[in-house]
Amino acid sequence: MDVFTQQLINGITLGAIYGLIAIGYTMVFGIIGMVNFAHGDVFMVSAFIALITFLVLTTWLGIGSVFVALLIVLIVAMLLTSLVNWAIERVAYRPLRGSFRLAPLISAIGMSIFLSNFVQVAQGPRNKSIPPFFNEVIVLMADPDGYDVALSYKQIVVWVVTAVLLLAFWFVVSRTALGRAQRACEQDQRMAALLGIDVDRTISITFIIAAALAAVAGTMFLMYYGVVSFYDGFVPGVKAFTAAVLGGIGSLPGAVLGGLLIGLIETMWSAYFSTDYKDVAAFSILAITMIFLPQGILGRPDVEKV
Amino acid sequence: MAVEASPPASRVDIVRALREGAIAGLIAFGLFLPLIGFKTVQNIRNEIVLETRWPLLAAFVAIIAGGRFLHSLLLAPWLERRALRPRPAAVQPAPWQTELRRWIVPFALGVVITYPMFALSLVGFQGAVKWIDNFGVQILIYVMLGWGLNIVVGLAGLLDLGYVAFYAVGAYSYALLAKNFGLSFWMLLPLAGTLAAFWGILLGFPVLRLRGDYLAIVTLAFGEIIRIVLINWVPVTNGYAGITGIPRPTFFGIPFNANEDGFAARFGLEFSPIYRTLFLYYVILALALLTAAITVRLRRLPIGRAWEALREDEIACRSLGINTTNTKLTAFAMGGMFAGFAGSFFAARQGFISPESFTFMESAVVVAMVVLGGMGSLIGVAIAAIVMIGGTEIMRELDFLKQIFGNDFEPTQYRMLLFGFAMVLIMIWRPRGLITTRDPSLVLKERKAISKSLVDEGHG
Repeated sequence: MDVFTQQLINGITLGAIYGLIAIGYTMVFGIIGMVNFAHGDVFMVSAFIALITFLVLTTWLGIGSVFVALLIVLIVAMLLTSLVNWAIERVAYRPLRGSFRLAPLISAIGMSIFLSNFVQVAQGPRNKSIPPFFNEVIVLMADPDGYDVALSYKQIVVWVVTAVLLLAFWFVVSRTALGRAQRACEQDQRMAALLGIDVDRTISITFIIAAALAAVAGTMFLMYYGVVSFYDGFVPGVKAFTAAVLGGIGSLPGAVLGGLLIGLIETMWSAYFSTDYKDVAAFSILAITMIFLPQGILGRPDVEKV
Repeated sequence: MAVEASPPASRVDIVRALREGAIAGLIAFGLFLPLIGFKTVQNIRNEIVLETRWPLLAAFVAIIAGGRFLHSLLLAPWLERRALRPRPAAVQPAPWQTELRRWIVPFALGVVITYPMFALSLVGFQGAVKWIDNFGVQILIYVMLGWGLNIVVGLAGLLDLGYVAFYAVGAYSYALLAKNFGLSFWMLLPLAGTLAAFWGILLGFPVLRLRGDYLAIVTLAFGEIIRIVLINWVPVTNGYAGITGIPRPTFFGIPFNANEDGFAARFGLEFSPIYRTLFLYYVILALALLTAAITVRLRRLPIGRAWEALREDEIACRSLGINTTNTKLTAFAMGGMFAGFAGSFFAARQGFISPESFTFMESAVVVAMVVLGGMGSLIGVAIAAIVMIGGTEIMRELDFLKQIFGNDFEPTQYRMLLFGFAMVLIMIWRPRGLITTRDPSLVLKERKAISKSLVDEGHG
């Protein structure tokens, strides 16, 4: 039971990170019907931006308070990652609207390869680790035999930040004019354009929001694990995509739900079966979901039109 | 009046170009500030510290700002003027072009068949091993993989991102069966192909209902699953360490070694590693040509036409009574089979395999080859393979670059960076790849190439 509770806590933390990335996949898929293959690498780039900002703040500017530093890192990472994703959409995807079916996907794969190798060349192939901080834990269930169930401060930060930003994001999408424009474009781009919505701008903003949430995930990932490498975009990217598919691609609550499920399955699998095959578990879920439940848990069934 | 009006207009253009250049520079500054402006390095105590690279950052920003400035000052108006000009009617290809088209395939065949002779006569026995092995054999393996994947992606239109899984199946089949049961290369080659084809069907079954992008991600997942199993199934595959001492191919039973019953001694030649290299070169050449020949023939059979129809429109295909299940599965099986051949050849040539050779990047390189060359075009894929793999090998040889950029400059690390960039550029510039014309599989009276505009519309 102790192990289970502990894994539940760990799984929810991991799931929150996956959920944040998954929203990016699901939003972009919803609005332009494309799997943004490079999204995992955008997440990795954001973790690097956070790493460098953190180092600038702590070693150069000498900011002592970790909370202040983390807040600034979060804001800088969100802004710069949004800029990166905006530029990617502008350069690599926008010219391909109306091109043949697989063109945007191939372009996104190219962008993904480009981003991970750009970071590898620019920052070196080694793992980058930051000095640990926030190491305090709250012991929830003390056990005299030695296995304490603990909730670390880091995990609380991940939960709180994720929850706050998800609420803000949900407010934007469901209550503002911008969110309405977005949902309109999702349903029918041509009709939305006829009614005076700037479709290109709405799509750009979708990419910006996706990147901002990926940057939150990237910052949390860096803080939680304390290490990042150029290769860290690929596997979390595929897992977050799995989360988006599992929850029902196109559905925002689905993405969060899928992220939590994938996080929980992964940590439980690691705890009770084997860590070697934890990626196989996630990849198998992807395949199984697509084959038996292609619309996902909360998604609408996809109607094929001629 | 008109003459007087033009100078202010051009000045305004300069102002606009300056403004756009400045904005582009600002954006580039924001994009590159963290990743180019700073470099994270480990110091002696293994702590991470920052180094600055302001000159490099300034160069990046200047190039982008300048490029944007020149673009809006010169290129954009020129493009606008050109767009206004009436388009010339489609020109019939000149006679020399049709002539060229007819001779290009025999010429290319002649070149690849005589290539080892050229290498031998130019650099001698010792130097030629490198040129034939690193360039010839290496490129031909990728040409074969590209042509195999071309069946799945180029003809059937199923984007398969896990193609390297079948390559791995072929390689591990050969390695394990040859090592544990002592079966020969020529027996295992068809067997490895069959096993890989079987895996193609096995992995193809679950993904039959999926559309383009979903299919791509699921095949990627399958590829990764196979790789993770290869890593973790240590008793059979020996995990990360890989399999060593894989038996090398023999010349129909005669081994290529320095012994008395070796190839050189039997034929009364002086022993040299070149014979094995030559043999391997012609084996992979024959395998690649077999792939090409089968692809060309299949395109004319009903199954090939069904593949191409499937690529263009699946719903129309189904309405016309084509069995899409069988069509997709045969495409996966054929593609997988050729990857299996290539894989068993790879294992035999290397004598050593490990999961490192079968990563997603390897799949991405092969997909990039098919996409850049022009999906469905055999010559295009071959050219892309030669440029991409040969280019990488040549980059290793370019020592003078080290003199320009300093000693720690390693050109090959930019390889994937360039591939990724090229994939994006090609999609924007020529979405159907470098070679955009297609040979029709069915002709009335005379053979005409299908032009780019028709291919773009989806008639290829």
